[in-house]
Amino acid sequence: MKDWRLYCKQNQGLLVAIGLFLFFYGSYSSLHPQGYTAALFNQNSNECFALVMAAMAQTLPVLTGGLDLSVGAILTLVNCLASELLGGTAFENALGMVACLLAGLACGFCNGCLVVYGRLQPIIATLASSAIFIGIALFIRPTPGGHVDGDLAFAMTYDLNELLIGLGLGGLSGPLAWCGHIPTTVFFALLMALVWTYFKRTQYGLEAYAIGASSEAAFMSGVRVKRTKLVAYSLAGFFAGVGGLYLALQTSSGNADIPQAGAYTLNSIAAVVVGGTSLYGGMGGAIGSIFGALVLRSVAFNFRVIDEQSALGFLANPLYQPLVEGLVLLAAVSIGAFWVFRVKNRLEIFK
Amino acid sequence: MSIGEFSLQLRQRARRTEKSIWYTLASIVLILVVGSAYTLSTDGTLSFLMPNYLLQQMKIASFLGIAATGMMLVILLGHIDLSLPWVLATSAMLATAVGGWVALPYGLCIGAFVGLLNGLGVAYLRVPSMIFTLGMNTVLKGLMVVFTGGFAPRSEAPEWMEILAVGTTLGIPNSLFVWAATGIVVVFILTKTPFGRYVYAVGNQEQAVFLSGVRTPWVIVGAFVLCGLCAAVTGMMLAGFSHKAYQAMGDEYLMPAIAAVVIGGTNILGGRGTYIGTVLGTITIVLLSSMLSVMQMPEAGRQIIYGSVIIAMLLVYGRQEEH
Repeated sequence: MKDWRLYCKQNQGLLVAIGLFLFFYGSYSSLHPQGYTAALFNQNSNECFALVMAAMAQTLPVLTGGLDLSVGAILTLVNCLASELLGGTAFENALGMVACLLAGLACGFCNGCLVVYGRLQPIIATLASSAIFIGIALFIRPTPGGHVDGDLAFAMTYDLNELLIGLGLGGLSGPLAWCGHIPTTVFFALLMALVWTYFKRTQYGLEAYAIGASSEAAFMSGVRVKRTKLVAYSLAGFFAGVGGLYLALQTSSGNADIPQAGAYTLNSIAAVVVGGTSLYGGMGGAIGSIFGALVLRSVAFNFRVIDEQSALGFLANPLYQPLVEGLVLLAAVSIGAFWVFRVKNRLEIFK
Repeated sequence: MSIGEFSLQLRQRARRTEKSIWYTLASIVLILVVGSAYTLSTDGTLSFLMPNYLLQQMKIASFLGIAATGMMLVILLGHIDLSLPWVLATSAMLATAVGGWVALPYGLCIGAFVGLLNGLGVAYLRVPSMIFTLGMNTVLKGLMVVFTGGFAPRSEAPEWMEILAVGTTLGIPNSLFVWAATGIVVVFILTKTPFGRYVYAVGNQEQAVFLSGVRTPWVIVGAFVLCGLCAAVTGMMLAGFSHKAYQAMGDEYLMPAIAAVVIGGTNILGGRGTYIGTVLGTITIVLLSSMLSVMQMPEAGRQIIYGSVIIAMLLVYGRQEEH
């Protein structure tokens, strides 16, 4: 009983994010004429995946007490790279996908080096490196376009049956038949969640939390601060790379769009916060960020289906959407801040 | 005062000046030399060093300079203001919509009001400034989308905005005077008033300042209000520069403003930094991008060089202490 309470208290942010997601996505599905069908679920999960990856990527540097403003830029860079590499034979495509993921990892590693060995502030180092990544993306793809193999894109963005057939294994049947209808993106998100969970349980994961809680104390206790930060930033680059690769498969093209990259970065920070990770580091996790990203997206979904005659009918007007999205974000972070008013010792708020 | 005393004083002052200022100055000279070498080799002129050209660059620099001034105040506290783009655009749009001389106090009030909200959120709710100002930016953007119906606003900038932004007095662009005035006010505030000292102190150790009996939340609110005011001034001058306000007019100013402050030697964690550094950082950024456009560098190369220069400069003098 006590363990259960402790768990709730420790994962308050995550639970709130899950609740918000269920509420917003539930209301969307109820209002949608095709709500609760596999087709709609599939489409929505595809729309969410890139942001989910960006949010997971952002979580790691934030946990160590840093920040990665180049998440959107890495995503864009890998997106452009993928639009060049995924148009060949099956073997070439497989190599291309590996190259894309490695490119993301390398970008993250560069960020890590700037922060660890360059001893630069993460905010400003990643701000500058994002300009470089965008520059390389523009160099690869000066104008939007590119060619992505259609079969590959379909297999990767539909459901598990298609993916298995694409791999030459045939669809699922028998008692597992329902699994075949799981959207590929959900499968990949689960896979990435597993990667995260594994990372969290390794020494590096624990050390990342320790560094975020108190860098000095962690250093004094023998935590390998440098190596852990390097790993955290590299893994962040990898997650952003997955997002970029997926974006290329989803849109069948690459686009070195600077505002879009900025939007992914900023939304990833918002998703991390909504998902219950502290921007001061040391608290939270990538699972929360997944739900944070889903909350942000499902709030936006609701605008599509809202009844124009209802009390909130004005929200159906697309002009109001950016305003409501901003207000939801501000409200979420402000409500999260009400602990300030319960503090007895005023000194505790200066953290 | 004899010449000897004077030079001694100068030398003492130079020693106190931070290392970063010399590096920024050196990089400005380097940019001028490289730019001139390029123009000399391509068309045999030194157009990069012409007074007219440099004045033109300073005119452009003044917009960024004013925005960076506000940003610097907030960064000195150890916070950051990501709402700059849309505070800038909102005050410009609403001020041009009102028109006439009333637009000036109106635009300034909008900037100050948004700054006040930012400050209250950061100081009293203790929301990290990065996320609170980000949310504020989105809200303002949403408000302006509703206000304009998604179209470019039709109203034109009143005459005084254009005079301030593109007019000249005695051959010197008026915008430089506005920048200088902003700078003098901020330097006065930072060096001669208690508030200014508190800004540095809060950036260093907020807890200690609070325990010394200073109302630290008010210091934070004050800095954010000043930052909002600076953004509003920039917005109205930009509106004058392009004859009207438009959506996303501020988007190109956020990152350069932060970069200018940091290149100028201000610690991004707060507590340390000089205004002269921010001025030099602004000039560096503007001259760098102007040099790259003179060289007709494609956007890709421009971004790469821009990022690399910032990283290189910070690696030279912006590194943190080792544990």
